[in-house]
Amino acid sequence: MNPRQLIITVVILVAASLGMALYAWRMQKHALTTVPAAYSGSVAPPASGSTEQATLFVADDNSGELQPQQASIPLSEDRQQRAQELVRALLNIYLDKNSSHPIAPGSDVRDAYLVDPGVAVIDMNSAFADGHRSGILVEDLTVASLVETVAQNIPGILRVKILVNGQERDTLAGHADLSILYDVPSVNQMVGPSPSPSQ
Amino acid sequence: MAVSRSSSRCSPLARLAVNLSAVFALVLLISAAAPLEEKQISIYSNVANYSLPVTAENGHDYVGIFELLEPLGKVSLKTSGTQWNLHYNNVECDFQPGSDIARLQNQPVPLGTSFVLRNGRGMVPVGSLTTLLPRLLGGPVNFHDAARRLFVGDAGVHFTAQIKNNPPDALEINFTARVNPSISTEPGKLVLVFTHDPVLPPGTTVLTFSSRSITSATYSENNGSAEITIAGAVPLFASFGNNGKTISVQPAPQQPAPVKSAPKPLPTAQTGQPIAAASHPVYSRYYIVVDAAHGGAESGATLGNQLVEKDVTLAFARRLRDELEVRNVPVMLLRDSDAALTTDQRASTSNQLHPAIYLCIHASTQGHGVRLYTALVPSGDTNRGPFLDWRMAQAPFLSSSQSAANTIAVELEKSHIPVRQLAAPLRPLNNIVAAAVAIEVAPPASGPSDLTSTAYEEFLANSIAAGIADLYQLPGAAR
Ligand SMILES: [Zn+2]
Repeated sequence: MNPRQLIITVVILVAASLGMALYAWRMQKHALTTVPAAYSGSVAPPASGSTEQATLFVADDNSGELQPQQASIPLSEDRQQRAQELVRALLNIYLDKNSSHPIAPGSDVRDAYLVDPGVAVIDMNSAFADGHRSGILVEDLTVASLVETVAQNIPGILRVKILVNGQERDTLAGHADLSILYDVPSVNQMVGPSPSPSQ
Repeated sequence: MAVSRSSSRCSPLARLAVNLSAVFALVLLISAAAPLEEKQISIYSNVANYSLPVTAENGHDYVGIFELLEPLGKVSLKTSGTQWNLHYNNVECDFQPGSDIARLQNQPVPLGTSFVLRNGRGMVPVGSLTTLLPRLLGGPVNFHDAARRLFVGDAGVHFTAQIKNNPPDALEINFTARVNPSISTEPGKLVLVFTHDPVLPPGTTVLTFSSRSITSATYSENNGSAEITIAGAVPLFASFGNNGKTISVQPAPQQPAPVKSAPKPLPTAQTGQPIAAASHPVYSRYYIVVDAAHGGAESGATLGNQLVEKDVTLAFARRLRDELEVRNVPVMLLRDSDAALTTDQRASTSNQLHPAIYLCIHASTQGHGVRLYTALVPSGDTNRGPFLDWRMAQAPFLSSSQSAANTIAVELEKSHIPVRQLAAPLRPLNNIVAAAVAIEVAPPASGPSDLTSTAYEEFLANSIAAGIADLYQLPGAAR
């Protein structure tokens, strides 16, 4: 190998090393920026989700009915993610100190799944169910507000199942049956307007 | 003769086809008429009571050893080739397919017949359990081999049975622990089947009684279950008490109810529809069953300092019973003590009594007045012919239920009591085969503390009883 060939070889090797170093640096940077985004979805509102108008069906203990309430909330494109975000927005209203329908501190939604055809499964945490107030109407209001809020904001949902901590549970707090699938149209009968003028 | 001529014209092939299809149809008929009961073994211990399927291998009964041990303690398994090395807690046991000797802590244990591997499951002969288990579990087992019921350690529930006069002619069966049998009735008998309760045989298997209604109680065991068969001269029903530790068997009928077909759902429910005692060709003693919701450890809502829903519902149910009795409406209280009853037990007791109306009492501090609920029957109609889906049993009675709720609402409104009618996903409403209504009693406008005031309870009970009496007095209603 003459000196000219040696110089060319060294230049090629240095260029290759620099290229590889640059590639490795870029890959690492990419990994650092994408990994947290991939894991953040279920614990925080979506960073990139656009804010949308949604109708939340909020339980009101005084009237014993659901009150539709417009809200601007960041919602994902993904329908499952969307279901979870809607439920979390509803729970945040109930967790407020001036809530018209207080629920237990720490109540949260663990996950939401959309199962074809038209079934949404909402998985709530133990704090939500274990600390829920007991009574026919108070439990029915919670169940109906969850079902209506998910069904009215995600087209195509016909039935809703509520799980607690990933498991089926007999009742929410001694009354509302959680072993069944809730038919969206029949949920109106649970908290519908009173046929008699009183109460 | 015409028959023989016509058959002689059939070709042998056609005759064979006809004969074969007749045999095939007969086989189908026999297999449909007498489905083989799956063999099972039941295991009773202080940590779990459970049943496992038993399979036949070379003419012997076998059971999966891993599945059998798993509910009892910590089991782990290592396999090398076909050799099974099983650890139960700190005991090690080796099994080899084809070998009728297991090695337990390196000591040989005869199995009687060979260890078998089936679909990855290690099966041991059922007959080997009395040799194998005491060494594996480190304690005694008692095996009722004919019925395949295995008792680990001191697991077991004893019972005594005697005729009591309150209620008259009732057979009271007292168990040493809570039991949850399935109950069925046949003409002349009521059968309690205990599959997951370690019920032990009494001193004598046939107990006879000098009662006109209940003549004997016979204990038997079969296929992983114990049975108590109570023979009666009249139709019987069973109810639970004392936290599920007492079963009371009583004569069911006395007053004839008109036999009616199942109420047909109406387009809209209305008041004034007569509600008869169900569609059963039986006699119903009670027009209404009143059920005080909750009980025992399941106390329902907390309604104030020291005040729990189960006590409020019981007090109110008793008051309502008094008001109904004053109006000569035959009534039975389903819970008249602090007994814990499951919703299934409530439904099956009420369904055996065949009342016209089942009324369940709840209480709440939310809102005012009274809320009346009928069942929100779950989606999916799976009732098939004469067989009712348990979750949908209420469906044919919904119109009667709404009619009953309407009539009660009218009486409450007459007394200016705020009333609201809703549907609720509330068990056992959807399991009841009669008009079924739940009442949630809420405080008066004066405040939550008056929920349990005598005056308010009386005022409400009086109006509700008046509504039920209205229904009872309608022509065609059961009495
Ligand atoms: Zn209740």
